[in-house]
Amino acid sequence: MGVSIGKDPGARPVPWLRPPGRVPWALALPAALAAAFALLPLVYLCVRALEQGPGHAWDIVTTERAAQLLGHSIALAAVVVTACLVLGISLAWLTTRTNLPWARGWAVLVTLPLAVPSYVAAFAWLSAVPELSGFTGSALSLTLVSFPYVHLPVAAALRRTDPAQEETARSLGLGTLRTFWRVTLPQLRPAAAGGAVLVALYVLSDFGAVSLMRYDTFTRGIYTSYRASFDRTPAAALSVVLVLLTVALVAAEARTRGRAGYARTGTGTARPADPTSLGKWRAPALGWCAAVSAAAVAFPLATLGYWLAVGNSATWDPARLTETATSTLGVAAAGAALTTVLALPIGVIAARHRGRTAHLLEQAAYAGHALPGITIALSLVFFAVRYAHPLYQELPLLVGAYAVLFLPVAVAATRAAVLQAPPVLEDVARSLGRGPWRVLREITVPLAAPGVAAGAALTFVVCMKELPATLLLRPTGMDTLATRLWTETGTASYAAAAPYAAALILLAAIPSYLLGRHRT
Amino acid sequence: MTELRIEGLTKSYGPQAPRVLDGLDLTVPAGALAAVLGPSGCGKTTLLRIVAGFLRADAGSVTVAERVLSAPGVHLPPERRRIGTVPQEGALFPHLSVARNVAFGLTGVDRTERRRRTDEMLELVGLSGYGARMPHELSGGQQQRIALARALAPRPALVLLDEPFNALDSALRAGVRADVRTALRLSGATAVLVTHDQQEALSTADVVAVVREGRVAQCDTPEQVYRRPADPWVAGFVGDAVLLPATARAGGTAETALGVVPLAEEAGAGRGTVLLRPEQLELTEQASTSAHGTVTDVRFYGHDAMVTVTVEGLAEPVDIRAAGPVAVKPGERTGIRVNGEAVLHRPAVTDHAVK
Repeated sequence: MGVSIGKDPGARPVPWLRPPGRVPWALALPAALAAAFALLPLVYLCVRALEQGPGHAWDIVTTERAAQLLGHSIALAAVVVTACLVLGISLAWLTTRTNLPWARGWAVLVTLPLAVPSYVAAFAWLSAVPELSGFTGSALSLTLVSFPYVHLPVAAALRRTDPAQEETARSLGLGTLRTFWRVTLPQLRPAAAGGAVLVALYVLSDFGAVSLMRYDTFTRGIYTSYRASFDRTPAAALSVVLVLLTVALVAAEARTRGRAGYARTGTGTARPADPTSLGKWRAPALGWCAAVSAAAVAFPLATLGYWLAVGNSATWDPARLTETATSTLGVAAAGAALTTVLALPIGVIAARHRGRTAHLLEQAAYAGHALPGITIALSLVFFAVRYAHPLYQELPLLVGAYAVLFLPVAVAATRAAVLQAPPVLEDVARSLGRGPWRVLREITVPLAAPGVAAGAALTFVVCMKELPATLLLRPTGMDTLATRLWTETGTASYAAAAPYAAALILLAAIPSYLLGRHRT
Repeated sequence: MTELRIEGLTKSYGPQAPRVLDGLDLTVPAGALAAVLGPSGCGKTTLLRIVAGFLRADAGSVTVAERVLSAPGVHLPPERRRIGTVPQEGALFPHLSVARNVAFGLTGVDRTERRRRTDEMLELVGLSGYGARMPHELSGGQQQRIALARALAPRPALVLLDEPFNALDSALRAGVRADVRTALRLSGATAVLVTHDQQEALSTADVVAVVREGRVAQCDTPEQVYRRPADPWVAGFVGDAVLLPATARAGGTAETALGVVPLAEEAGAGRGTVLLRPEQLELTEQASTSAHGTVTDVRFYGHDAMVTVTVEGLAEPVDIRAAGPVAVKPGERTGIRVNGEAVLHRPAVTDHAVK
């Protein structure tokens, strides 16, 4: 096992790993192009914001209005994160560590809200209780769609944590509650913190819920500023501030992920914990799970059903619905196709190569993870108006925005897919007499293809649900299900909005269902 | 018949990096099973990857059956070398059935022949009737045997096995090891097994090459490597060793703290180090011998026991393997008798016992 890698001979060598070596040009060139494409909006946004001098941009971001937007965004994020922590941790503990009846069923049920776009949740609450408009409604609908981001990692951490640690604490004289506070909860901190950062990122980037609830956060402020004025510098300057906020959050998330390793020391699989008996708390615990599931899953579906039922021929336009659904599917398919093609070389490099080039390319591809959709859209608008006017308000620009936004999704999927075909299999195939191209065809592609296809399907779903970039970049006269839903809800035509919401959920459910089957 | 010949093989990963292989020479006779034994990081896997053609050597040559595979300016790609490989954990193609895995290398033959050869190989590794299964439906040991069948099916000139028994738990290991050895024997293939486990190397191979820092320190039969190690390091690596400072005398004996011991070879007078194995030492009555010591520890292993004894005049205690019941307890005095012959190494080592 004499392969000492790079300048770290002390590390445990991985025998069949390729030496760091150069990334071949055939891969590096397309990957570099894709990475540059992913970084373009970020760079151009800064250029555009500072175009009239840093002083001008500074004046914009230091106005009272900007301070108010910042305050609103941060307050909303703080409230939603806190609520998500309470919901996520309590549900995770109840479903993994107690004798709660139907624990598995609840665990599945409370992850479903992940599939609900924030504007659908906002539509459901707003159409049922219009008085919620504003901060309360925004916080409520955002909490109910994003708490699974806390619930899922915390539940995973709870399953990983060695129950022997809690048993040791009990034998050292701590009661159930104090054990939870002093042993269990500190262990969950990395997982909960990681989830909390994701929720904060979601809230800061969200446009759908806050715009429908008419609550002025950064995203809504950027949108109105862009629509209201011919001077687009304010929108650009505000976007840069928002991007700075989200980038800081992503950096924070990377740090929490780096430290998340201390759930268990020692090797082997942890023994599953003996469930804590709920005793007299059984009924309240059940009530809590039922209430959250009802608010997050049952209520939106019921509202949707109600508005579908009260709809009539005036609100129900099958021809238009079909047309919108068709164009949604088309544009999402184009977005998924472009994203997957761009992600392929980067994903392969990320899975097979180490070193600075590989790392930089992968990081660049993840830029979209930190950029709110509205800022990417704005940047592409500016860029097209100035340098590529024929593209302005044409389909390619929208498809390009999808690619930048969702490149991280596709790269992560491609990387995982290529890891399914480890290099050792290619080596064996070659020693059995196959040339490099036949190895690619008979081994690598068959093994990686299902994962790449799953990534494409996932990208297709998120493209279909995308709202802010679609609003800004769609060709004149074209609508997607998301933009129609948003427009109709904005004018309080809830019965007219409902069919679009239903179609969106149904169409997005098909690939999600197929994805679930693929994984099992 | 095929013979593997490696000459002056050199490899480093990068211009500044240390040499992983440093002029390694090795010859494996046709039909033999050779073990390449060495500690982690000694270059054994690199050696295997160069022979298989996955890596290019910086210098040196690899010849199999008088066919030059690697040499300055020559690098045959892996698919044209006719060398079968059995990686760690088998690495079966997960998307192909067992039969299609075994048949993977059988190209250019008609379907009936491919079928016949696949069945023959499955039978060889004792897994007839498993052809329709998928790799994940097999146990670790079965996967390893299928990997061997896959490597042997195209009648390779040489088979390379990279720590193939590492991932198996120890209860299973001995059985799979014996099966693999039998299958290799029956196929008549020349094979090279890479391992860091000295017991595995000694018990499985016909020839053992001990590799240290990119070179072969000794290449010989298992018996010779164990009984006549080339130097104290090899002695300690292939088994428990008792190393004693000694003065050789004319007539093939040496004087040590445990008395005068016969040497395997006449060595001429002078200072040196003799090597004994713990099973060559025996606990006796104090009166019957001139060598005495105090028992400090007794470790019971079932089939035998290891007794640690401090001896006057030696800085390090010596280990004695006792086959029968051990009558002594820690703290008691005992006599020590030496059986058989010792090996003398020069120059003398300063340390007295190497584990």
